[in-house]
Amino acid sequence: MPVAEHDESAADAAPAIRFDRVSVTFGGVRALDGVSFEVDRGEVHCLAGENGSGKSTLIKVVAGVYRPEPGAHMEYFGRPETTVTPQLARRRGVAVIWQDLALFPEMTVAENIAFDHLVGGMRLVEHGAIRKIAESALARLGVDLDLGARLNKLPIARRQLAAIARALASDAKLIFMDEPTASLTQAETDMLLDVVRTLSASGVAIVFVSHRLAEVLEVSSRATVLRDGRLVGVFEAAGLSQTRLTELMTGKQFDQRISARSFAAAPAVLSVEDLSRHGEYEGVNLALRAGEVVGLVGLIGAGRTELAHTLFGMTRPDRGAIRLNGRNIAFRNNRDAIAAGVAYVSEDRLALGLVQQQSIADNLVITRLRAISNAAGAISRAKKAAAVAKGVTDLAIKIGRPADAVSTLSGGNQQRVVLAKWLATSPKALILDCPTVGVDVGARDGIYRIIRRLAESGIAILLISDEVSEAFFNADRVLHMAAGRIVGDYDPRSVSLADLESAVYA
Amino acid sequence: MVDRIERHYAVFGRDVWGLLGFLALALIAFAAAAPQFLTAANFSSMAFQVSDLGLLTLAMLMPIISGGFNLAIIATANLSGLTLAWILNLNGGPQAGVLAFAGGAAAALAVGGASGAAMGATIAFLGAHPILASLAMMIFLRGLGEYLTRGGDISGFPDFLGEVGHGELLGVPVPMLVLVGAALFWHFLLSHTRHGFAVTMIGSNARAAEYSGVPVKRTITLVYALSGMMCALAGILMLTRFNSVRVGHGDSLLLVTVLACFLGGVDPFGGFGRVAPVFVALLILQTLSSGLNLLGANQHLSTAVWGLFLIAVMSLRWAGPVLAKLLKRTKE
Repeated sequence: MPVAEHDESAADAAPAIRFDRVSVTFGGVRALDGVSFEVDRGEVHCLAGENGSGKSTLIKVVAGVYRPEPGAHMEYFGRPETTVTPQLARRRGVAVIWQDLALFPEMTVAENIAFDHLVGGMRLVEHGAIRKIAESALARLGVDLDLGARLNKLPIARRQLAAIARALASDAKLIFMDEPTASLTQAETDMLLDVVRTLSASGVAIVFVSHRLAEVLEVSSRATVLRDGRLVGVFEAAGLSQTRLTELMTGKQFDQRISARSFAAAPAVLSVEDLSRHGEYEGVNLALRAGEVVGLVGLIGAGRTELAHTLFGMTRPDRGAIRLNGRNIAFRNNRDAIAAGVAYVSEDRLALGLVQQQSIADNLVITRLRAISNAAGAISRAKKAAAVAKGVTDLAIKIGRPADAVSTLSGGNQQRVVLAKWLATSPKALILDCPTVGVDVGARDGIYRIIRRLAESGIAILLISDEVSEAFFNADRVLHMAAGRIVGDYDPRSVSLADLESAVYA
Repeated sequence: MVDRIERHYAVFGRDVWGLLGFLALALIAFAAAAPQFLTAANFSSMAFQVSDLGLLTLAMLMPIISGGFNLAIIATANLSGLTLAWILNLNGGPQAGVLAFAGGAAAALAVGGASGAAMGATIAFLGAHPILASLAMMIFLRGLGEYLTRGGDISGFPDFLGEVGHGELLGVPVPMLVLVGAALFWHFLLSHTRHGFAVTMIGSNARAAEYSGVPVKRTITLVYALSGMMCALAGILMLTRFNSVRVGHGDSLLLVTVLACFLGGVDPFGGFGRVAPVFVALLILQTLSSGLNLLGANQHLSTAVWGLFLIAVMSLRWAGPVLAKLLKRTKE
């Protein structure tokens, strides 16, 4: 088609991509149903939707991984296409940066950025050329990275920049970013947004794909919202709030109310005094009372998870006392802590919270092996089935069969499995480390209600959160941790969310 | 019905029928090709031969499911056998009594268990890589054995040991009975106990298991201790079968045990594996080697055929889901 190739004037005016009537069906499930999607050149666009709304399917259609059903219109920079392969999409300038970044941790920054120039063909690797490619891509981003450093020595935010540079190095003109801010601090997010502005000004379009978009809305011009595989609509980003966006994504209205109550009179279940561990946290005092939800917020690296690990017996403090029901205790390992009534829900559900490949049933009983087996160590099938059934009913977990791998469940249901396995140990104190990470907006409400219900049953809860608003609306008291110390103790009833957020994210 | 299928999978794994099909095919092919194949004598000799490999494969199986590896199985079996031989010789050699044998066997099991526990502790507490730790243990045990025996054979054992190594009980070779007993015990341990539960969880994700309160270090130490004891049992059986002990006896079986595990559907990365399909895989390997032997093939050829067979099985395992998908698509 030489005509299309040379018809630059018409193509210049066309949007970066224009997709119409896109439908995709997987084994009877309609993942996308007649969806339209358009992104202008140099535009910053949001693609919003819950897990399962079809947003990843849509990206994969644009990237040429999935083929839509006949009747779809696909157009890249003014050029209509009938069949799109991943190679073709890349040639047209589409790049996708997935959440896991898909980089090579053992290779240097320069090698990662220039990777697409390295593969293919039997050529010698020219280190000078690699450096040059990497330098020019970084220059376009306006950032500075140590080209010779191994990627795995870099913090996640810088790896992300390397991934963007890699896309630029292969001449991307439309970059999809999947959940780009999920593991960034506010300062890092700001840096990313600066880079995005630079790119947009130079004519590269960016699509943020996320269900948490408050931070990126300000730099975006429009948002496309999907729900259950259908297009809800395309909205101007100006004036769109996270609450409104959540309503659009879920089709439900959420009322967020402060639920804080006073617990000054209740007995402390778990308390620590002057607790310190070198390089992690310093002089921490805190008390969790029966029935109380204590929020713990702070930036990543503030020492929240490290403190939780000590409370859970995984690490030992250098100094200070831990008391459980008023008695001093020293845990040798987390089995001591579990036996004493402390449970810990890890922030990393994929690697630490659940044994993903193994069954739902096994994950539910893993904390209670002694209770379902006899003195000789033989597991009773009946007791195991009963324990599994109890966990599934108590937390209303939606499962297929108990023997299915737990990885087949949605994020929200996986988190319910985690909660169920810890509730089976009848904990007195429950530490929740970012319990709604990777859980859909719609399913979070269910997790919050479970947390509230557990507190009402008398469990003392420490709710660690990356989102100040989560702690603000769901905790009775919010502690602010920074650089290893607890620097603030707030009552949500006497402080505004905005003030609290500016204190934490300052 | 779904429940029964689940239970069936729980015991036999998902591809035991395919393996049984292979076994049947091999049996039919050899029966057609070699007239001596379908005789009681042949099956009896197969049963005798499969037992050493079988016990050693069980010793390899548990570490692999736990996400590890045990390269020291043959060396452990040899050194345990030497322990038994030493105690028998101390008690009069050919004149040694049943009691001396019982004591010697217990000592052999203790040696196997202790060397396994030491290896397991190195892996669990010091974080050594299982391949390196077991390689070091293998070299140590071999060297120790060669030093003690000066590289020679030890023989001259009481006659009643032949009853164990070559005897039959109700028409079934005693070594086969030992193997079946050991396999049943291993199956119970892996599928119905806290230990087995912990082993599979650790094999899939040791850190997640630890966060859930599974005693990871203790379990891994126990895995290698049990593996060492299973090696010792193999060493004892080999002594009774060959009426001699020598360091290096059975060296060629080391990687065949790995082959048998993978053939039996054990996940090389840990977390998944069942005793029953591995047992069927053992029978297949033995059938192939006995059948080829009867056809007059060189022993080395049967080793080559084992390798080819594993490649074929891996290809089929890959092709199975692809074929099923294609079939489904054409139906639609």
